[in-house]
Amino acid sequence: MTAHVAEKAPRTAPAPVRERGRTAAWVRLVLLLLFVLVFLIPVYVLLVTSFKPLSEADPAQAWNLPKVWTTEAWSVAWEKLEPGIVNSFLLAIPGSLISAALGSLNGYVLSKWRFPGADVLFTLFLFGMFIPYQGVMIPLVQLMVDVGDALGVQLYGGIPGLVLAHVVYGIPICTLIFRNYYVTIPDELIEASRVDGAGMLRTLWSIVLPVSGPAFAVVIIWQFTSMWNDFLFAVFLTGPSSWPTTVMLNNIAGAVTTPYSQQMAAAILASIPTMVIYVLLGRFFMRGLMAGALKG
Amino acid sequence: MTRVRRWLPGLLLVSPSIILIAVFVYGLLGWNFKLAMTDKHDEIAEIPGNFVGLENFTGIWSEERWGLSVRHSIIFTVVFVVGALVLGWLLAFLMEKDIRAESGFRAVYLFPMAVSFIATGVVWRWLMNSATGERAVGLNRLFHYLGVDFLQWQWFRDPDWGMAAMAIPAIWQMSGYIMALFLAGFRGVPEELREAARVDGCSEWGVYRHVVLPMLRPVTLSALIILGHISLKVFDLVVAVSGKQIITDVPATFMWTAVYDSHDPAKGATIASYIVLSVVVFVVPYLIWDARKGKRS
Repeated sequence: MTAHVAEKAPRTAPAPVRERGRTAAWVRLVLLLLFVLVFLIPVYVLLVTSFKPLSEADPAQAWNLPKVWTTEAWSVAWEKLEPGIVNSFLLAIPGSLISAALGSLNGYVLSKWRFPGADVLFTLFLFGMFIPYQGVMIPLVQLMVDVGDALGVQLYGGIPGLVLAHVVYGIPICTLIFRNYYVTIPDELIEASRVDGAGMLRTLWSIVLPVSGPAFAVVIIWQFTSMWNDFLFAVFLTGPSSWPTTVMLNNIAGAVTTPYSQQMAAAILASIPTMVIYVLLGRFFMRGLMAGALKG
Repeated sequence: MTRVRRWLPGLLLVSPSIILIAVFVYGLLGWNFKLAMTDKHDEIAEIPGNFVGLENFTGIWSEERWGLSVRHSIIFTVVFVVGALVLGWLLAFLMEKDIRAESGFRAVYLFPMAVSFIATGVVWRWLMNSATGERAVGLNRLFHYLGVDFLQWQWFRDPDWGMAAMAIPAIWQMSGYIMALFLAGFRGVPEELREAARVDGCSEWGVYRHVVLPMLRPVTLSALIILGHISLKVFDLVVAVSGKQIITDVPATFMWTAVYDSHDPAKGATIASYIVLSVVVFVVPYLIWDARKGKRS
């Protein structure tokens, strides 16, 4: 309703106001376009540098387009980065699916099947979203080594351990997103199902889950992106054979011997999966972002 | 009894998560603090270390590197938080009224959020290369093209204010997010309210100051909390741009070197505790305030 009013307002305004409004609109548009240029500078540098042959790696031509376009840097970068990309998929796909399942259960109970103290518990969960993970990292490594030894499985230094860490520390945000989504389901629906004799799980399965699609999309995309982009957990918890993309990229780009063209190509390759998600499913990504800040 | 039967299944369903959060968040935080209060300065030794109270917490201040990393963190936080808030607000302000191709602009300003600091750090290290004159690349070379050579500087290698340069990529990456928050805030102000103020004789600026700004306060607070807690634990960006150089050391990178290079768990845990405390002092009041607000509404 308010959007409707806002849309109509300028058209009914008297002429001089409309004139001034139009100039202001142009100024705003020009400023916004200038900011677009500034925001895209790094993208220009990444693309241009990655297609340059080594012979053009000269400070004087730093900002020029390549004279000869070549993909040689891309193939070298791909070769070096590929194992990391595979590891990142092995991490982020199962990780985001498990996160979504847990978040859905928690969100359902905390919004529709509440128990005494549910609000306090929710706040205690939320705190886990804000803690700097450095604060748990040293004991986490120790715990994974100990539990791994006790169970005879490799948690520390492998991908399963990294998945576990991301799933656990993802519980707060996933619970938050699902809880806020499920709050919008009318209580009468749940109540009606209860009256019909359906239990908690039956109601979840036949009433709640069928309408949960958007929340699952938001959570899976959010978790996939943060697992893909994480560096801190990866650098503390994985070893060379299980390094995900970010750690590999940092090793490639951090080596003084790697030419800029390869560094830039590797950086682009490492960003393609999350960029594709952003371009195709941006509005779900946005909702995840907003959930972290504005509740409800 | 029937009441218990009503809520018990729910509690059971959530219990795996409760246990995980209790152990991995609260348990490990406690373990970390306990470790920080021991003299376990050697990772190889099997012994758990003796309790030494707050000795590590006070002792670390006599280390020059710790003082530097705290100073760096403060400079970074101030520049980053103010920069991202101002730029994010400005972008939202420019986009507030219906503007052509709004979704296109939003997509551009927000895309850095989808990419890792490690990937963007690669290009920012090139942009902020410290070479000047003939060998200049990146922004220094661009300044030369534009005829503003006097702007060339050492960027993050500047010994005094390098951390202000380190905040630039962070501002670039996060201001789109802040824009989105403010934009939602702006749109949340009902047009009727603005109209009423106008009818009462308020100028456009007056409407903005007295109607819109006060209603943006909760959004601004959320933005501050988000930016602040990102800033105090900043790690990936610094590693990607400058590696482990002392000149850009922050507590998080110092902790990393304490664990992996000095092999000193107690020191690493002490630094980690300080990072946690610096975030907790403003996040806990925020969460409590938020929970109370939720109860009222």
